[in-house]
Amino acid sequence: MNRRLRRRSIPVVVLALCAAILIGWACAARGEGGEPRYFAVKGARIVPVSGAVIENGTVVIAKGLIQAVGTNVTIPPEAWVIDGAGLTVYPGLIDAGTNIGLAQDEDGKKPARGAGAAGPEDRPATTPWRVAADELKTDDKRIESWRNAGFTTALTVPEGGIFPGQATVIDLGGERAGDYVVNPRASVPVSFKPVGGFFGFPDSLMGTIAYVRQVLDDTTWYAQAEPIYQANPTKTERVPYDRTEVVLNRALQANEIVLLPANNTIQILRAIRLTGEWKIRAVLYGGQQGYEVAAALASSKIPVLVNLKWPERAKDGDPEAEQNLRDLRFRDRAPGTPAALAKAGVKFALYSGGLDGPKDIFKSVKRATDAGLTPDAALRAMTLDAADILGLSDRLGSIAPGKIANLVITDGDIFNEKTKVKHVFVDGRWFEIHEEAAPEKPGEKKPEDDDGARAKQAKGVEGVGR
Amino acid sequence: MKRATICAAMLLFAACAPLVTRAQNPGTIFIQNATVLTVTHGNIEHGSILIRDGKIAAVGADLKAPEGAAIIDATGQYVMPGIIDCHSHIAVDGSVNEAGPAVSSMANIADVLNPDDIDIYRDLAGGVTTANILHGSANPIGGQTVVIKLRWGKPASELPFQGALPGIKFALGENPKHSNFPTPPGVTPRYPGTRLGVEEVIRQAFIEAREYKKQWDDYNKRKASGEQNLIPPRRNVQLDPLVEVMEGKRYVHAHCYRADEILMLIRVANEFGFKVRTFQHVLEGYKIADEIAASGAGGSTFSDWWAYKMEAFDAIPYNAALMTERGVIVSVNSDDAQEARQLNQEAAKSMKNGGLSANDALKLITLNPAIQLGIDARAGSIDVGKDADLAIYNRDPLSVYAVVQKTLIDGQVYFDRQRDIAERATLAAEKQTLLDKEKKAAEAKKAEEKSDKKPETKPDKKKKPPQDDGGAVESGVAGGSR
Repeated sequence: MNRRLRRRSIPVVVLALCAAILIGWACAARGEGGEPRYFAVKGARIVPVSGAVIENGTVVIAKGLIQAVGTNVTIPPEAWVIDGAGLTVYPGLIDAGTNIGLAQDEDGKKPARGAGAAGPEDRPATTPWRVAADELKTDDKRIESWRNAGFTTALTVPEGGIFPGQATVIDLGGERAGDYVVNPRASVPVSFKPVGGFFGFPDSLMGTIAYVRQVLDDTTWYAQAEPIYQANPTKTERVPYDRTEVVLNRALQANEIVLLPANNTIQILRAIRLTGEWKIRAVLYGGQQGYEVAAALASSKIPVLVNLKWPERAKDGDPEAEQNLRDLRFRDRAPGTPAALAKAGVKFALYSGGLDGPKDIFKSVKRATDAGLTPDAALRAMTLDAADILGLSDRLGSIAPGKIANLVITDGDIFNEKTKVKHVFVDGRWFEIHEEAAPEKPGEKKPEDDDGARAKQAKGVEGVGR
Repeated sequence: MKRATICAAMLLFAACAPLVTRAQNPGTIFIQNATVLTVTHGNIEHGSILIRDGKIAAVGADLKAPEGAAIIDATGQYVMPGIIDCHSHIAVDGSVNEAGPAVSSMANIADVLNPDDIDIYRDLAGGVTTANILHGSANPIGGQTVVIKLRWGKPASELPFQGALPGIKFALGENPKHSNFPTPPGVTPRYPGTRLGVEEVIRQAFIEAREYKKQWDDYNKRKASGEQNLIPPRRNVQLDPLVEVMEGKRYVHAHCYRADEILMLIRVANEFGFKVRTFQHVLEGYKIADEIAASGAGGSTFSDWWAYKMEAFDAIPYNAALMTERGVIVSVNSDDAQEARQLNQEAAKSMKNGGLSANDALKLITLNPAIQLGIDARAGSIDVGKDADLAIYNRDPLSVYAVVQKTLIDGQVYFDRQRDIAERATLAAEKQTLLDKEKKAAEAKKAEEKSDKKPETKPDKKKKPPQDDGGAVESGVAGGSR
């Protein structure tokens, strides 16, 4: 696409777009100087989430931000204009818990030896200084497949260990890894999964909880001791340097949210209690049995990230195995959790958890809406409420002037499975979306477009459709 | 055998329904015309118990039911105090052992109570109302422990026996020194590996705890005197519970077998100024019953388990009776979710093995464990003012034919055999409905996946304009074009 194309060329552009949608078309990402910075989507149905739906409205994007939205806005002369007739504009969707962009490794999982784990200096499986932003791999195929389905933002969470690192809010597009990062240190995830394996500490749930308690106590101690030492270096014993304490203290001082695992009722109630004891700004993740304890969650005022990978019967399990009624109930009712949370007034967002792709995400959301969650509430949970929980509601989650220009433009209701995503804006960058490439079946040769299909397959194209 | 199978099936069903078997509202309840085994003041034939707001308000032979009281007619049945299991590992989420360090006192059972554990319901069906939930025996000093009431259907926060002192598990002998399972290759064996080492680990931990306590005392004193710019000591979640032990705020429940190691722990406790509250298992307790009695510790033992490992070779089924004779407060415990369902029979064994009276046998699972856990003002006998924690049997509970009909905690019925039987069909139907629903969903999903796999490219191809055949345009990354 040539920069010299101006507004005058819009019909041409639109025609080209149409063609592109049909045939699939792309240019390589360009270097500096080539990117348009002004866009307008004109005459579209706009769902701002933060306010009422605007029919036949216009959104103006300028230098990565939303400049104006409404029915009566001036389109800057340099803007590329997309005809929004028949299209709906939503805020970009937020996946509030993924490991997109992160390599999966075993770091931080090695337990400390138990016999010596006598004091606060032992830090098994603790690497809070690892920041997801520093390890982003932008060639992760999921960035594109999520974006093609309308996700523009994700919380990407390091895994492996009790304090595996700090999670980063990323936008799903950019030239370099640094462009993706919205907030590098958004959250401190905690896992209660024992790491010791009977011969190292901690090798039990209660040991892991005790360990986290000790680390938080140590951090509090450091926060108290360090200023006293700095003010009285000649009269006070020096405070030893401890990377964990320094990093966690900085994170807690910056009011980073602490992600606590809590999927079933017992875990949720326990996490509520520990949040009170530890005086942290907690957000629970998992949350799938929230339907049983929605009232307790509401009165705790702790937000929840609900995992959309609903519990299922073990795939390769013994088909004859006796099923427990409690598990059956859980599998049946879990998708009703978002509706129950919405009804109780719990702030929640949705995340893909271990789901393979956007298609499964939308299927899971459908199960939640089938179980009583209104589409409006679902959209909110995937946009503004997610942004709010992540502390970024001033920047993300709705279509309003000043917000980051993350938009998804569809040809219909975003939760309708027949709906196609037509355009996605990430940080004001325009991504045009193609039709899904039909999977090439082995043995089913299609001679007429052999080369094209092959090329797509070779590049691992992920589908747009859901 | 058949009976056991039926019983197991019944429990399995009930198991699934914590919310259905919810107890009634407390209020005024009148249990009438029962044989009341008070434990403290004899048996009352055709007796009644009046319960108000969860407490026993009156016990006697000539009580009248107050207006509006819920009546439990126990004609021909026996009411005894709810059974107290002084050594249990039920209702724990995750492992009962924090086995990594030799001193795992930072771990706390109270953090991981699991109110959904089906063993709570099963043990209720065996008349148990209170259990001492212990950490495992993998460490010389193990984790913190908690006394719970088996309030099935209530959240974890409502399980603990309010007012009961917390405990801590110690363990001596083969388990903490890892005698009975090999350390895998490549892993350094954990210290200690001998009984000498077990003693040393405990002493070392208390030396550290004493020093830690001193640091805090000094700090608090200097702070109170107005000294500025003081850096407080670090809080240590491992040593805090040991300080509580020395301050008498936490009971020590020590797993032990051999006489020599029991005497060792009494000496170590004396050195650091604390008392062992109970010796658990204490299979050689009969050899040193006088010394145990003199130390003030209780003994919580098995009825007749022995010879299952080297240090259990000298165990005899007369242990409970012999220790009782010498003045030790003795309880019989289960250490096992299944055996907890028949603690009444375990207690009865000491009538045969050692000739305890029926009342002394009952004490082994009621008043004595209540004393050992420091809750005897609230539980362990049928006396006015105590919690209405009761088990109602169809026969004398010391008979092997006795079956629990109802179990009450705080005056609420938490287990009711008739209700359980009545609910089974409903639960089975619910289960079948859910199974059918799941099956249907799985079939629908399969069908959908099948149809998804069909290629749907043909319509697109027809629309494709001829000039777009060029591979160059196709080679772009989908969605990435600008």
